Amino acid sequence: MKIAVMATCLGDALFPQAVQATVQLLQRLGHTVLFPPGQTCCGQMHVNTGYLREAVPVVRHHVEVFGPVAEGTWDAVVAPSGSCTGSVRHQHAVVARRAGDERLAERAEAVAARTFELSELLVDVLGVSDVGAYYPHRVTYHPTCHSLRMLRVGDKPLQLLRAVRGLELVDLPDAEVCCGFGGTFAVKNSDTSTAMLADKMRNVLDTRAEVCTAGDSSCLMHIGGGLGRLRTGVRTVHLAEILASTEATQTPAAAGSPGGVRDEPVEAQR
Amino acid sequence: MSTTDLGMPAVRDDSRDTGLPTHSPAGQGHLRGTTSFPRAARTELADTQLRRNLGKATGIIRAKRAGVVAELEDWEDLRLAGSAIKADVMARLPELLEQLEENVTARGGTVHWARDAEEANRIVTELVRATGADEVVKVKSMATQETGLNEALEAAGIAAWETDLAELIVQLGHDTPSHILVPAIHRNRSEIREIFLREMPDVDPALSDDPRALAMAARAHLRRKFLSARVAVSGANFAVADTGTLAVVESEGNGRMCLTLPRTLITLMGVEKLVPTWSDLEVFLQLLPRSSTGERMNPYTSTWTGVTPGDGPQEFHLVLLDNGRSAVLADPDGRAALHCIRCSACLNVCPVYERVGGHAYGSVYPGPIGAVLTPMLTGISGADDPNASLPYASSLCGACFDACPVRIDIPNLLVQQRAASVESHTRPTAQDLAMKAAAVAMTSAGRFRAAEKGLGLGRLLAGREGRITSLPWPASVVASHWTGARDVPAPPAETARQWWERTGGGA
Repeated sequence: MKIAVMATCLGDALFPQAVQATVQLLQRLGHTVLFPPGQTCCGQMHVNTGYLREAVPVVRHHVEVFGPVAEGTWDAVVAPSGSCTGSVRHQHAVVARRAGDERLAERAEAVAARTFELSELLVDVLGVSDVGAYYPHRVTYHPTCHSLRMLRVGDKPLQLLRAVRGLELVDLPDAEVCCGFGGTFAVKNSDTSTAMLADKMRNVLDTRAEVCTAGDSSCLMHIGGGLGRLRTGVRTVHLAEILASTEATQTPAAAGSPGGVRDEPVEAQR
Repeated sequence: MSTTDLGMPAVRDDSRDTGLPTHSPAGQGHLRGTTSFPRAARTELADTQLRRNLGKATGIIRAKRAGVVAELEDWEDLRLAGSAIKADVMARLPELLEQLEENVTARGGTVHWARDAEEANRIVTELVRATGADEVVKVKSMATQETGLNEALEAAGIAAWETDLAELIVQLGHDTPSHILVPAIHRNRSEIREIFLREMPDVDPALSDDPRALAMAARAHLRRKFLSARVAVSGANFAVADTGTLAVVESEGNGRMCLTLPRTLITLMGVEKLVPTWSDLEVFLQLLPRSSTGERMNPYTSTWTGVTPGDGPQEFHLVLLDNGRSAVLADPDGRAALHCIRCSACLNVCPVYERVGGHAYGSVYPGPIGAVLTPMLTGISGADDPNASLPYASSLCGACFDACPVRIDIPNLLVQQRAASVESHTRPTAQDLAMKAAAVAMTSAGRFRAAEKGLGLGRLLAGREGRITSLPWPASVVASHWTGARDVPAPPAETARQWWERTGGGA
């Protein structure tokens, strides 16, 4: 398959390792991956903060950049994010219609119909749950709200994780409760967000896992930001990085490759 | 009559009548607090007893609800049916309201129309005065909380006695409700014992905090009121248009006492509480108890139609309240907020509500539905309006939609009300400018790349440890809300875009 990767603005700027892992994983599975150079952001931050009018040009830009998937030039668009996929699928057409642009709305729907979150693409579209990964760590999985309740990915990420060799998967208590990120919510209502984060961290720590994973870099930035601040020794790793990792990457010398073993993912990156 | 304009059938002499649906007027009732949600939440979050009480209570109700909802194979069909019935009601509300008025009147009741909270309070006060009574017993009612009826009656020299146990606790504690269904959810039993000992005349000074002992003390206290009161005031859960029947569902039986013993019954009801036919109750009497108290069926379901000679109240008044509902109905995107049956399931599953409680919202309608319904009823007057902050009191996690028995898409309504909040700005705020700038950067890869260059500074800040624990001014002004509790990831050496350009995706 010819698959375009939607890096997401956050993934591009702050968490390129999740984007790289997505690319490497799909290449390993035999697919052709491309990176549309014009891509920027899906506009979710604007929509969810109430700037629906300002979101229109951002949506239009996204639809232009990823338009080839609607024409069949590419087979699919994949994003390592449930939230951004959710925005494409559930918000873009609404934003366009609210602005009275029916043509844009229909085009957005056509792009959305071929846009998938990573676990959806793997399990539903490509039909694989064992991607041949190796990750010898104790891991707990946080189902992010938008992947769970907007996309309804269900247990697809867990199916993928269960098939990873060496991975010890531990259930996260109260897993389905929000971590408190919520985009600008974390800044506008930082006290409430922090209270929610505290409970999420308590549950993560209760699992005694060394890694907390999820399908969204944004929520992981939040949970990881808290776990890091308290020097808990638990790191956050994107699902894509775990699935991309193999025996070749999981050696101490390769600590900086996908799913690397230190709580300094960025410095260790290069 | 258009299907989007509710209209008020009663002939009125009112200079304010512009013919357009109006919001609930400022300064009336209890739909607006005095501080923004984040500030109020900060105070509430620091109350450790509150956190414990709320966490425990919402946890118990969530588990009970999940258990009884899972029992029904057709739960999702019931939700669809509830949603469809309410959508139908809203599409022909004027017609159904007139049908209700006709049927209530034909069965010996009197219907009054109240445009706003003050008008509703005035109508009820005058009706009580006309009976010569100086006290009323009350059935738990959100509509009367919304209008501030108790305070209005008190100002007119009429004592209003709350008879719902939780409302009684709130009233005796000189407190305000913090939950739609369980108004004293923020209190634990030892606090309730203390309130009873302090405020309840003739209470046994050896009263324990055993729930049964507390309930018996309230029972003895209330029994005297039931036997002496000549007037009762209630709300209503449902009104059936084709029969003129009103319905109240409850757990304690105090409502049944109020609805049957006094000579006069006055019911204040929001206009959205209608169902078209008696058989529609079948759907809601399954949805409501399972969603609210987590029971298969509520212990008491009282229905009444007009007056029945020689049995129950001999005088019945129905006051139909608009108070902003016409404005909500006129908004095609927001109208679904009127489908709410006040079950509170969305409050109990909301991670924000569970931590801050109901008082932080400033409105009698807290939680996810309150965060949309409140600003929709009042309108948003500008960036400084406390209600402008309510739609942001959510992480948009979506748990409320899954729990809602009538499938109100609350996250979508929250976003719509955020847009209303932004549109209320009379001059650009710092956030407005930041969002506009971001939109410019995000519509061109070149500009976006230029914006990403600023990340290089972040690497400098992060130092060798690879994490940022605080940021310098001016970034700190906004970001301190983040770095107060969380590290910021150090920006990477190269962005994904740069990596792709360098390697073409080949490692």
